[in-house]
Amino acid sequence: MLDRPAPAPAPGNQRIPPFQSFLEEHRTLVYRFLAATVGPDEADDVFQETFLAALRAYPKLKHAGNLKGWILAIASRKAIDAARARSRRPRPVPELPEIADVPGGSPDPLMQGPVWAAVRALPPRQRVALVHRVVLDQPYAELAAAMGISADAARADVYQALRKLREGWNDDEEER
Amino acid sequence: MKKSADAGKRQEPRPGGRTRASGLSIMSGGRLIGPRLQSMQREPFEERSRLASTRLAEAAGQAGLLDVAYGYADSPFGPLLVAVTPRGLARVAYPERDEEETLERLAVEISPRILESGSATGQIRRELEEYFEGRRKVFSIGVDLSAVRGFGREVLRQTARIPFGSVATYRDMATRAGSPRATRAAGNALGANPIPIVVPCHRVVRTGGGLGGYTGGVERKVALLELEGVELPGRA
Repeated sequence: MLDRPAPAPAPGNQRIPPFQSFLEEHRTLVYRFLAATVGPDEADDVFQETFLAALRAYPKLKHAGNLKGWILAIASRKAIDAARARSRRPRPVPELPEIADVPGGSPDPLMQGPVWAAVRALPPRQRVALVHRVVLDQPYAELAAAMGISADAARADVYQALRKLREGWNDDEEER
Repeated sequence: MKKSADAGKRQEPRPGGRTRASGLSIMSGGRLIGPRLQSMQREPFEERSRLASTRLAEAAGQAGLLDVAYGYADSPFGPLLVAVTPRGLARVAYPERDEEETLERLAVEISPRILESGSATGQIRRELEEYFEGRRKVFSIGVDLSAVRGFGREVLRQTARIPFGSVATYRDMATRAGSPRATRAAGNALGANPIPIVVPCHRVVRTGGGLGGYTGGVERKVALLELEGVELPGRA
């Protein structure tokens, strides 16, 4: 799957916008997606890798039909690559840093809390599919396109991800 | 989602577990997991992504992927948009120019790999500010006129050679560009100058002593010539 090219943007006559405009339009979405999938500590590096890969390919784009789908496809591959690389090497840093240590302004405990630790313990593909579906609210057709898999496979990934999260999560304890 | 979510592998319900009862739907049954994940949509990533985007311009420059870098220089006329390529300065745009349109034209004429970069534009921004403070007479940065074709490019190349504090006529410029009778075409090329101030079209005046026109008004031309100490006929 990683070897597949990004899905070609849908046909359209729009001109390719200046990269800065494209970046401005999608940076928050991509950052949110990466913070959820690879975690706030690694999001910045994967953000750089994602947009550098986009910049490299940018002049070869034929039209600006589906730039959002295109950048999310690149971000999906980079997130999966980063997650796999991370699982291969031991990490000295603790899984859950103190909220007070969060750089870049307001603390965001939702990304740091146990739910997010559980999300980032999921297998990379399931994790990416889940974030597409739940965090970005992407339809299955679009998340499947971004990940280069079938819609059925995407549904199965999201299903498995949610099932694993539920198994690892004690509802009763949380409701107190 | 309902049953279609089970498209993959069917799972046995866990004895005593609540997974089955609440279903796996994120929208309805997922009372805890779903809302927790969805709440992240409200988290502010604006600031973090903005900082990361600033870093991106640096990384892109180092990787040789930045074809056009732009920034803003202070001037008495307001902030000037400046754009540089690896070949040199490609654009100086006065504040009234629509920024989006300027960048879109650069995307078409040069490359869509355009990012704002304070460091890549640092030299020209400093030199322009020194010029306006009267501390600089010559710009050290080269100009990239690759987006200008034919006779117009030659006129601008010749204009770039008019020294600080002196003037030439439109007819002079036509002659120096190789077509002495193309005065009007020379005027058009100067009117469309993509790099005003640094390619000093303000130093080109009419043969009879009139100032001729200037982008954004002749007062700017007067201000630039006065800054350079040029004596203007009919002005105190």
